[in-house]
Amino acid sequence: MGSMKDKVAIVGMGCTKFGELWDKSIEDLVVDSCYEAIEDAGIEPKDIQSAWYGSRESGLTGAHLARALKTDYIPITRVENFCCGGQDVLRNTCYGVASGAYEIALACGVEKTKDHRGFFGLFIQEPLDRGLTEWDIPPASQFGQYATRYFHRYRDYYKWDFEGFKRVLAIINVKNHDNGLLTPKAHLHRKITIDDVLKARIISWPFTLYDACGMSDGGAAAIVTTPEIAKTLRKDYVLVKAQALAVGSGQSTMQSEFDFVHIPENVAAAKAAYKDAGITNPRQEISIAELHDCFSSTELITIEDLEFSPRGKAPEDIKAGRFLLKGEQPINTDGGLKCFGHPLSASGLRMAYEIYKQLQGKVDNPERQVENPKLGLIHNVGGNVGIHVSAVTIFGLPE
Amino acid sequence: MVGITSYGAYVPLFRLDKGVIGGRGEKAIANFDEDSTTMAVEAINDCLKGKDRETIDALYFGTTTSLYKEHLGATTIAMASDLKENVYTAEFGNSLRAGTAAFKAGIDAVKAGSARKVIVTAADCRIGPPGSALERTFGDGAVAFVIGDTDVVVTVEGSYSVYNEIIDVWRTNDDSFVRTWEDRFAAEQGYLPSMRQAVSGLMEKFDYKPADFTKAIFYSPDGRRGIELARGLGFDIKTQLQDPLIDVMGNTGAASALMLLASALEEAKPADLILLASYGNGADAFACKVNENIDKLRGQGLGMKGQLASKRVITDYLKYLRWRGIVPLDKTAAPPVVAYSSVAAKREYDRNISLHGSRCKACGYVQYPPQRVCTHCRAKDKMEPYSFVGKRGKIFTYTLDYITPRVEVPIATVEVDFEGGGRIQGYMTEVDVDKITVGLPVEMTFRRYTLWEEIALREGVYLYFWEAKPLRV
Repeated sequence: MGSMKDKVAIVGMGCTKFGELWDKSIEDLVVDSCYEAIEDAGIEPKDIQSAWYGSRESGLTGAHLARALKTDYIPITRVENFCCGGQDVLRNTCYGVASGAYEIALACGVEKTKDHRGFFGLFIQEPLDRGLTEWDIPPASQFGQYATRYFHRYRDYYKWDFEGFKRVLAIINVKNHDNGLLTPKAHLHRKITIDDVLKARIISWPFTLYDACGMSDGGAAAIVTTPEIAKTLRKDYVLVKAQALAVGSGQSTMQSEFDFVHIPENVAAAKAAYKDAGITNPRQEISIAELHDCFSSTELITIEDLEFSPRGKAPEDIKAGRFLLKGEQPINTDGGLKCFGHPLSASGLRMAYEIYKQLQGKVDNPERQVENPKLGLIHNVGGNVGIHVSAVTIFGLPE
Repeated sequence: MVGITSYGAYVPLFRLDKGVIGGRGEKAIANFDEDSTTMAVEAINDCLKGKDRETIDALYFGTTTSLYKEHLGATTIAMASDLKENVYTAEFGNSLRAGTAAFKAGIDAVKAGSARKVIVTAADCRIGPPGSALERTFGDGAVAFVIGDTDVVVTVEGSYSVYNEIIDVWRTNDDSFVRTWEDRFAAEQGYLPSMRQAVSGLMEKFDYKPADFTKAIFYSPDGRRGIELARGLGFDIKTQLQDPLIDVMGNTGAASALMLLASALEEAKPADLILLASYGNGADAFACKVNENIDKLRGQGLGMKGQLASKRVITDYLKYLRWRGIVPLDKTAAPPVVAYSSVAAKREYDRNISLHGSRCKACGYVQYPPQRVCTHCRAKDKMEPYSFVGKRGKIFTYTLDYITPRVEVPIATVEVDFEGGGRIQGYMTEVDVDKITVGLPVEMTFRRYTLWEEIALREGVYLYFWEAKPLRV
């Protein structure tokens, strides 16, 4: 298999403020995110030769993108891939450029979750090629099943009770809230404490209110081009070092061998991405990462799946502060899904936006800027247990 | 020789403390995800425990609380009980005698030779007007028998019936609650004379006298009338009258007399003669003779006695009203609009109603739901159906969801690993939040899929599926 390493560059990115944007339409989010990206790239809208549009519930086909931007009969494909939608939009756009078919292409993902009471994050509305009578379990319960088992699996090792583990999750939540406070475009701006998390009401045991991310409206966009053209546009363009996607085929819920302390789709996507990028020690080589913290324990388990910490050891690293903004390997410097918010098909592109700005040293609040990051990683995991979709993309600056 | 070859019953786990509705004692109440159809499936599973399902060739269902005016609950029950396709299914309704009507039809079918083994099941989940005497006396439950001509345990020696055209206890197509005329009229013109006529007619026809019967089982609308009836007929209340369980379980309608028969059989000895009589626009009376095979049927499950003792008592009347759909739910957080499809639902009845997974003939791997390509060895189209009914499992992991809108929270979701292989992801009912844990033993139970039901009900459809539940002890 070939590699995506250094084949395409990102020269412009845009991201709207995320939140309960009652007065913003899909058109507003497309226009705001795409024009920021276009202006950042220093190109004209007419320079875009092709586009990919990510939407879970915010428009079918590429029509919403075309109508909002008044594009001139260019090809646009709508992409839907659950929580990986935004990242998969970027992936398809990169492939379009890497194939040589297009020189400049646009990736845009938009979601108006709050037009639907935020529900599409809670329920999967269409049967997954399944009849409606088959069981359909909400995300908090899907991901909570990992947390329950993780606690059970490492209970003896750590000699912790339930609250011992909850404290580890609370550290993740407090960190993401602290980072979100420093991020103007984030949905939630609120200082919280470990005690707030532990005392919050249980929404889906073992999760309390603070263990779940915000459901938000928002949009994000990227301009993708070849490294050659990128050089003519700006010095600090960002190169794609690896792209990977993995889809489960039901193993975890059909095979008793699956342990529920790891997400195999995550492991497969990360392995493929590290191979692409030539990374052998992700704990050392990845400077910063945006991980899919739909629930606090998803961040915990993903830290191990992506080999940032050895199996079972993430709690130790979390307690030691390794993933804090000023730690050795900062995670979710913009507040993550937890505080930046989670409009599904925009989230992956929002993560790319943060990594892009971090690598360029141009984060919108200097207090949040990580010093000289080399490689940045984004990760999403969506869908149900057994049939998750996991995506990993790695970015770096040109040599 | 035709008669009962096996019996089973289902008393729901939950009891309403009747103190909260101005009564005394308790009544058995169906959980919010139970109805007459699901309770009948439970009773049949109790009745068929360890028995061959292949040889059953008819299923008769008696109830006054069928969910549909047109659509056979008996077919849902047959499919959920994993009975073969050419089983004759029929339903008896519209009367509290529906249970004994099914019973008599089962005996007649075997006698006539049109069937060898018939499942007779009866279930009811009647609702009395809130605050009424009916509400205080009604209970929910189900019972099942196999009627056959070999390995008979109880022979039915004879029966006698009368009809009585009277509007005493009734319900129209549009009524949610059972109606009654005043109690003395119902008793003096309905229940008492009809029951007396049927029982006397039986005794006269087959030359019995009250003293010949070891036990007398009378359907009784309340705790009083049955005693009055028995006394009037010359039975000894203390030694002969089968306890109608009104303040323990309640009057379970069409299932009542037959559930009391199941209770009586648990205590019966060879050569006992049992009188069985039920009422509803007339009365049916039967003489049942127990033989020496009775001892072989003991100890297979909890039985009536065990299930009556195994209970969770609720004192929250609002909860009970919510369970029965009498007070509405808060819909603020209700799921969005999705479509129900009868087409997709029918395609998946194998997994959702029959609880079938598949087993790969190439590698032996058991998997749920049924697959075409094996999850383990990837062999294509080498599958055979595999039933999880009656299999026990253990919880591998779980969650308790407190925010998804359902009649009861939390909603437990579980991964269950089964004895004999296979893992199922699904919901769990009757959760005890203080006792749920990794490794907890569970079994599967047929229930209403209430989470999506509101959506399906726009099309007039009730959904069913299987959930895990803790073992009942």
